[in-house]
Amino acid sequence: MAIINDFEYHKPKDIYETLLLLSELNGKAKILAGGTDLIVNLKEEIVKTENVIDIKGITELNKIELSEDNIFIGAGVTFTDIIESQKLKEKLPILWKASMTVASVGIRNRATLVGNICSAVPSLDSAPALLIYDSEILVQSKTGKRTISIHDWFTGPKKTILTPDELVLGIKIPIFQHAGVYEKLGRYKGEDLAQAGIGIFVDTNRNYRFAYCAVGPIPKRMEKLEEFLRGKEISDKLLEEAAELIPSEISPISDIRSSKEYRIHMMKIMFKRGLQKSVAILKGGRS
Amino acid sequence: MKKITFKLNGELRSVYVEPEEILLDVLREKLGVKSPKCGCDRGDCGACAVLLNGRSVRSCLVLAIETDGQEIITVEGISKDGLSKVQNTMLDKNAFQCGFCAPGMIISTTELIEKNPHPNLEEIKEALSGNLCRCTGYLPILESVQEATEEGHHE
Repeated sequence: MAIINDFEYHKPKDIYETLLLLSELNGKAKILAGGTDLIVNLKEEIVKTENVIDIKGITELNKIELSEDNIFIGAGVTFTDIIESQKLKEKLPILWKASMTVASVGIRNRATLVGNICSAVPSLDSAPALLIYDSEILVQSKTGKRTISIHDWFTGPKKTILTPDELVLGIKIPIFQHAGVYEKLGRYKGEDLAQAGIGIFVDTNRNYRFAYCAVGPIPKRMEKLEEFLRGKEISDKLLEEAAELIPSEISPISDIRSSKEYRIHMMKIMFKRGLQKSVAILKGGRS
Repeated sequence: MKKITFKLNGELRSVYVEPEEILLDVLREKLGVKSPKCGCDRGDCGACAVLLNGRSVRSCLVLAIETDGQEIITVEGISKDGLSKVQNTMLDKNAFQCGFCAPGMIISTTELIEKNPHPNLEEIKEALSGNLCRCTGYLPILESVQEATEEGHHE
């Protein structure tokens, strides 16, 4: 199926050229990275645009940079690039595991982490990890740079705080000593969007962090749960008590993929399972 | 219209495209390369998979214009000098019935073997999880890949 809507295609060579284009085209442009969301949306006429700006020619956006206390993932970095990075597997296990669950190889070879948060569908697999790590998003426009906390990024389903003249350069993720997992509920391995997802973080000081996707209008940290468990040793009894807090932390809907009740039920199970797994990884030193 | 040039199955090819033209349509309709198929047309089924710079991609989700200066390999290219080992095993095992998903399966398998010459069953399943087959129920396909990639398996 062809795309009905005609547009102009731009392929800038560097960031500066992109920012000038964005400013000139004044909101009448869409950024194309992997295209796994944008092309579908253009075909189905969910999105119409007069200009497409392909940023894959900008080599400086394709890098993963490691420093002592943080990791920078550029806007051109695909999920396959993340999965193939042994360092990311080691330092950011929750993000690495979530990346493994994104659709299939053929999608992960194109789809980018930054594209995932820019599409901002409520079920995005990368969000729980980014929220848990208190990530920061670096954006730039012709008039300057700014840093946006991931906690302020999502403003509604498919909506973000990014303005039309801004380009996301990448995501800066602090490094913490921890163990963790991403638990996802889907219908089948391969292509499915999460019906529910939870990221889980534990460290040796018994700090716990949790964040969800797909069970609320925007992905979020689960602060009541974190507060309740802080400093405590995980036992079966404690897990049961904590799981009872989950319904007050999430606000799932019933839709074609599953009912609200099923999502709540599964979130409790995924929370318990995932936390036990994470504690075991922390104690066993495996990931 | 813009002229783009890419390496297709080892040969340089040039073609005029509109920005909104999809790679799958250009391959099939303008260049006569018919192995990639249009199944779901939204990246879910894997029937349109091709190798772009060595990585499998959904050609239904790529603008043709994006591939200017790049390298594309389809099943026609993989079979240029005869069938690959895994293609032969698929034939022996009668892995496909209608064959519509076969090109995508072969592309995903080729990419997998390139990275991991002796995958285990879990790795094969993961690599093929984005390719849907509605006829044979996957088993003979998985068995073919397993047999063709077994450690110590020689032609």
